[in-house]
Amino acid sequence: MSHYVSNIREPLVNGHKSYHQITEDLVAPTEKAPNLPWVIGFVLAVSALGFGLFCIAWTIWHGIGTWNLNRTIGWGWDITNFVWWIGIGHAGTLISAILLLFRQKWRTGVNRAAEAMTIFAVICAALFPGIHVGRAWVVFYFFPYPNTRGPIWPNFNSPLLWDLFAISTYFTVSLLFWYTGLVPDFATVRDRAKGIRKSIYNFLSFGWTGSAKHWQRWETLSLALAGIATPLVLSVHTIVSFDFATSVIPGWHTTIFPPYFVAGAIFSGFAMVLTLMLVTRTMLKLEDYITLAHIESMNKVILVTGTIVGVAYLTELFIAWYSGYVYEQFAFFNRAMGPYWWSYFGMMFCNVLSPQIFWFKKFRRNIAITFFISIVINIGMWFERFVIIATTLARDYVPSSWSYYTPTWVEMGIFLGTIGLFFTLYLIFTRVAPVVAIAEVKSILKSAGDQYTGPNAIHHHGHDNHGAHASHTHKSSVAETVATAVAEKVATVVDDLKKLEGIGPKVAATLNAAGINTFEELSNANVERLQQILDEGDGNFMGNSPESWPAQAKLASEGKWDELKDLQDRLDGGKY
Amino acid sequence: MANHKDIIYGLYNDEEDLLKAVEVARDQHLDIMDVYTPFPVHGLDPLLGLSESRLHIGAFIYGAIGTLTAFLGMTWIFTKDWPIVYGGKPYWAVPSFIPITFELTVLFASIGMVVTFYVICGLGPGVVNPTIDTRITDDKFCIAFEKGANESGAAESFLSSTGASEIHSKTI
Repeated sequence: MSHYVSNIREPLVNGHKSYHQITEDLVAPTEKAPNLPWVIGFVLAVSALGFGLFCIAWTIWHGIGTWNLNRTIGWGWDITNFVWWIGIGHAGTLISAILLLFRQKWRTGVNRAAEAMTIFAVICAALFPGIHVGRAWVVFYFFPYPNTRGPIWPNFNSPLLWDLFAISTYFTVSLLFWYTGLVPDFATVRDRAKGIRKSIYNFLSFGWTGSAKHWQRWETLSLALAGIATPLVLSVHTIVSFDFATSVIPGWHTTIFPPYFVAGAIFSGFAMVLTLMLVTRTMLKLEDYITLAHIESMNKVILVTGTIVGVAYLTELFIAWYSGYVYEQFAFFNRAMGPYWWSYFGMMFCNVLSPQIFWFKKFRRNIAITFFISIVINIGMWFERFVIIATTLARDYVPSSWSYYTPTWVEMGIFLGTIGLFFTLYLIFTRVAPVVAIAEVKSILKSAGDQYTGPNAIHHHGHDNHGAHASHTHKSSVAETVATAVAEKVATVVDDLKKLEGIGPKVAATLNAAGINTFEELSNANVERLQQILDEGDGNFMGNSPESWPAQAKLASEGKWDELKDLQDRLDGGKY
Repeated sequence: MANHKDIIYGLYNDEEDLLKAVEVARDQHLDIMDVYTPFPVHGLDPLLGLSESRLHIGAFIYGAIGTLTAFLGMTWIFTKDWPIVYGGKPYWAVPSFIPITFELTVLFASIGMVVTFYVICGLGPGVVNPTIDTRITDDKFCIAFEKGANESGAAESFLSSTGASEIHSKTI
């Protein structure tokens, strides 16, 4: 594409991918038999789901009395889990809608998986109100069906009913958005498939052809859906917060709840996206598509939303004190100093303090730390909901009815079951559909592929007059290299280049053919030239990145083997 | 497929070649049947003379229907069909109708727009469209001509002169 991209923009697609290579890489998981980590993950997820289903059956058979809820604490783990899952669902639509409107290219690497995550998280959330009602077999009483008792309507003034509308709308719109994005990619899978798979994927792809008019409408549709999904995503958690904020319970009855819940939802959603994406990129070998640049961007969102949540916690405390209202003051004192103090401090530590580590670029780009913090935040956001719900209810207006609540194994089992359900659905999704949006990654390749932008770019954009000139010089520089090599070959000593990380026998042979035989020669070569040599050479060096080779070769040529060892320990397949 | 079409199509390796070719076709007034690409190529629509999609106008209309359905529905239910006082509010409690009105606006607009998209594109579950070339959804950019609409030779010479990497004839 011809639009300008700043040089300091980090590439979002690594490995010098061609369009065909993108198809190969991203369709591969749907075509191959699953690997061992997937199978282990799937067995664990299905086991957790199975136990969860058993606990749900137990609840329905024996009644809600199998939970430890009591007269004082009427909402416990069920609503905590419900709000937690709904919150997690928020990142998907944020990434697909709001980042689309902001033209953030990095969304293309993660939007598909994040949207899938939204849908699965909402399914997990919807389970809780379904079983919390108690007699689930008469759940149709909710609906204004014609019956002998007259036309009984639900109460449209009730936040709980608003919630039903908000979440059903959110689920439907997310599903439509996700599926419409999937249609062209299903067509890609279809056109590579044979036999029964072809029929199945043709059904899934709705007969997509790739016609120019269809693409035009598809883009209009995506943009318009993003436009209306943006206020929607903000409305959903606003309405969830109304479940609490419209009540008269001190600690719930606050106007700060809607923005605070929305920020918290995005925060927890991004934490879950990171948890999933870090596993997915390793498991499905998608490191070139979900890059450190993506991870860093998400960590920045985590830092911002986490800090907003922190400000909200402190504002609540301040307003409780400033209001002069003793019940409100007691509610917040009780949160921090009452029987559930551990969950309050757990929340503060996990949500407010832990993400502050991401002020440092080094940590934002560290995969292990990011993964760890993402888990910590998932736990912290669960604590937040537990603090809001259980600690508030435990100390109500009448001290004689004060109570304490711990969950039973049934409640814990149902929560475990929803985690199992979530991962079961997600793992199936990774085998059935391309986890990264193929068409969308292709459409950003020319502006965000690492051969076009960033330090490894090869400067031959084909669309202007420089094209011919650039590719000419490009060829001649390699010719020169070869010529020099032939001239010098007589006298040179050949070092074992394979000692450097990222260089195998084939790469070493290619480098030797291009006249690079010794560590010293390699250390003097620049990365761009090495990449040219790889591109010109026989064989597929898509996965090889020469960025660290000169630095490694310098140490090797100076005989600093210990320092080289240290450097190699920090490298990942020869990449920084 | 009742109506079989004889077509000639050329495949290009890069979207920039395709854009240049489509520009040439426009200048030569060639009658392109359709252009197929693996991803949305920006700048193609004006060259092909495609008018802007009106889906977003549809979205507004569907959304307005959703707004009216929700608001008038709740108004009718709570003032005419079964008036009940909830929490001391008036029957016609406009502020508390807003959340559901908003949600149904979004819901109607989204569903309406998506259904319209599939209907006008002729796509949907069970639809089987003829495949021109399986690499169009991978990495090839295709310009297709109907044989009848182009004098024999014009399309081929256009395709070969604009750098198509492959030229094929096919009945679809």
